[in-house]
Amino acid sequence: MKTRPQSGLQIDGFTLGDKLHEGGFATIWEVTHPDHATPMVMKVPKILDGDDGPTIVGFEVEQMILPRLEGVHVPRVYGIGDFAVMPYVVTERIPGDSLLLRFRQAPFAISDLIELAARMADALHDLHSQQVIHLDLKPENVLQRPDGEMVLIDYGLSRNDRLPDLLAEEFTIPMGTFPYIAPEQYLGARNDPRSDIFALGAMIYQAATGKLPFGKPETLRRVRPRLWKDPVPPRALNPAIPEWLQEIILRALEVDPTRRYQTAGQIAFDLMHPAQVKVTARGLKLVQDNWRVVWHRWRQMRGIKRFAAPASVQSQIAKAPILLVAVDLSPEMEALADLLRDNVQRMLVTEPDIRVACVNVIKTSRITIDSGLDEAGQHLHVARLVGLRHWSDGIALGDERLTFSVLENTDPAAAIIDYARHNNVDHILMGARGHSTTRRYLGSVSAQVVAEAHCSVTVIRRRSSPAPMPG
Amino acid sequence: MTRFAILTDIHANREALTAVLNDVAQRRAERIVILGDVVGYGPDPEWCTDKVRALVEAGARLVLGNHDAALTDPAADLNITARRAINWTRPRLDAAQTEFLTRQPLKLREDDLLFVHASAHDSADWIYVTSAARAMPSFRVSDARVIFCGHVHVPQLYSHDMSGRVREQRVIAGAGFPLIRSRRWLAVVGSVGQPRDGRPLAGWALYDSVLNELTYCRVPYDTAATVAKLRAAGLPESLAMRLHAGA
Repeated sequence: MKTRPQSGLQIDGFTLGDKLHEGGFATIWEVTHPDHATPMVMKVPKILDGDDGPTIVGFEVEQMILPRLEGVHVPRVYGIGDFAVMPYVVTERIPGDSLLLRFRQAPFAISDLIELAARMADALHDLHSQQVIHLDLKPENVLQRPDGEMVLIDYGLSRNDRLPDLLAEEFTIPMGTFPYIAPEQYLGARNDPRSDIFALGAMIYQAATGKLPFGKPETLRRVRPRLWKDPVPPRALNPAIPEWLQEIILRALEVDPTRRYQTAGQIAFDLMHPAQVKVTARGLKLVQDNWRVVWHRWRQMRGIKRFAAPASVQSQIAKAPILLVAVDLSPEMEALADLLRDNVQRMLVTEPDIRVACVNVIKTSRITIDSGLDEAGQHLHVARLVGLRHWSDGIALGDERLTFSVLENTDPAAAIIDYARHNNVDHILMGARGHSTTRRYLGSVSAQVVAEAHCSVTVIRRRSSPAPMPG
Repeated sequence: MTRFAILTDIHANREALTAVLNDVAQRRAERIVILGDVVGYGPDPEWCTDKVRALVEAGARLVLGNHDAALTDPAADLNITARRAINWTRPRLDAAQTEFLTRQPLKLREDDLLFVHASAHDSADWIYVTSAARAMPSFRVSDARVIFCGHVHVPQLYSHDMSGRVREQRVIAGAGFPLIRSRRWLAVVGSVGQPRDGRPLAGWALYDSVLNELTYCRVPYDTAATVAKLRAAGLPESLAMRLHAGA
């Protein structure tokens, strides 16, 4: 590295302004460029003039991974600097501080906490959908856009499944941030997206209690006890935390990755459907496991070298999809609803970790101004919920993986599309009524959903016998 | 010049070369560089030589491979199957075709790219690059940022980092890989006409010098047709089996 960053330096069209931050491994500068009006920052590694392996490789990794990411949950890249002159990455500047400062105010009010956690889970799901595992999630690596969306930064320890892992080949010691590092990551694994789920669980724990689930280990050796020692239950630290939320947090913090949430999308889904989270002993407990249980776990875990990792990030996400089934409960559609259920049952065979969100839409009148439910509306809502549950009889799926929602909207297709987008739905299954002239001119709900949904849509239609030829 | 198609080890396989050239056109490569071994092993040396010559006349570049060199070097160091195949090939090519294949250079340099058939170090010794240790000498003799070679018939990728260590990188077919500028790179391109990595698909590589991305491409071709011709020509049966298995 021949050039050093300083205010006023010009490089590849960028002009450096003030130094905004100086961390252990990099400095962050405000930069401008005549071609880009957006506020931008430049990150320059503090590579010492010696053999500074981890910093160099970490920066190489970030230069490889960051430009390939897209969407609102990652910073947009504007420039990459050559190592021969001065290595750097220029990204858009997200206003405001990282969550590090905000987390000092934890515990948060429950409603704020749910919002924060769900947004972080959404951002993480988006990252995993791009086949990238972050591997260093912590409050200081999360920023929030003015519109509320979370942005995950710092990809120096990350891994893209479609690119070589420069860090894995280089270093045999586990890397990560001790308070948040997952057990399998501590054991050296870098290929399991569920490691990020664990770190997310640790962050939600911290936001909910103001404490770190495993304290602040100073050495790698002190990370190891999380393989057998369970954290203090969040509700013992903050009684305001509901059982269902503790259930979510402790499930994300399970030692064995297969017992955790399998995707971040499923955490977000549960945070948005608290009434339907199935509370187990995990959610109810108020004290840590007794010494016998811990001792038993220690015996199991003391020799463990690794946990089984999924084949790829993509396969892990595909293995635990969220399926939205839009069910029409009107009496004349009963046969179609039965057909829909048969199709769901068939999908359960090939997708054992699937979650099914059963949705029914009440079409409200455009003229009604207030959306508060009147007596009759309330009844209708409950009746539809009961109807949905009845429809689902025979779908062999545990309660916790089957949810029921009744939506209200003047536009049923818009309601379904919107629900799918906000709940990380991977696949929509719905029925289509038969052919009719009116529908051909006015357009059908299913046609609109197929055209506008962000995910796959399967439309089920009953086979109709051909109309007799005229004449 | 931005998009280079790098082809190597065509080995007189007409069907594979045709499939690759179609793929090259579809992926809009602007330049073609062929890393040698146009003939040897396969049943269509005349057609492949003429095709490559037409490409070179249209601006493609070609380097010499060991099978091409063996056309005029009876003492060439070849294994028994390769020797039988080259003896079969020799009388099929006319003087102009032979002259065209054998007059090519051992190495080509274009900006920060180096093209060579085998290891860049002692390129006339035809050393196989099959490990990080075997890749090291190429980095030592050349200051090119990216070295492309063939000869091995198995796609591989090696990086040479700032502290001089050479590492083998995982190759994922079809995924664009950024050849980050903090390292130098040695790309072993898979064979067009005789793949040996267990997949009977023709191989080539696309390098985009603006995006600085390398993509290893694989294309299916009509192996049955090539195998039928091989057998009809009386070439060794092991060559036919090899095309079927891609190994």
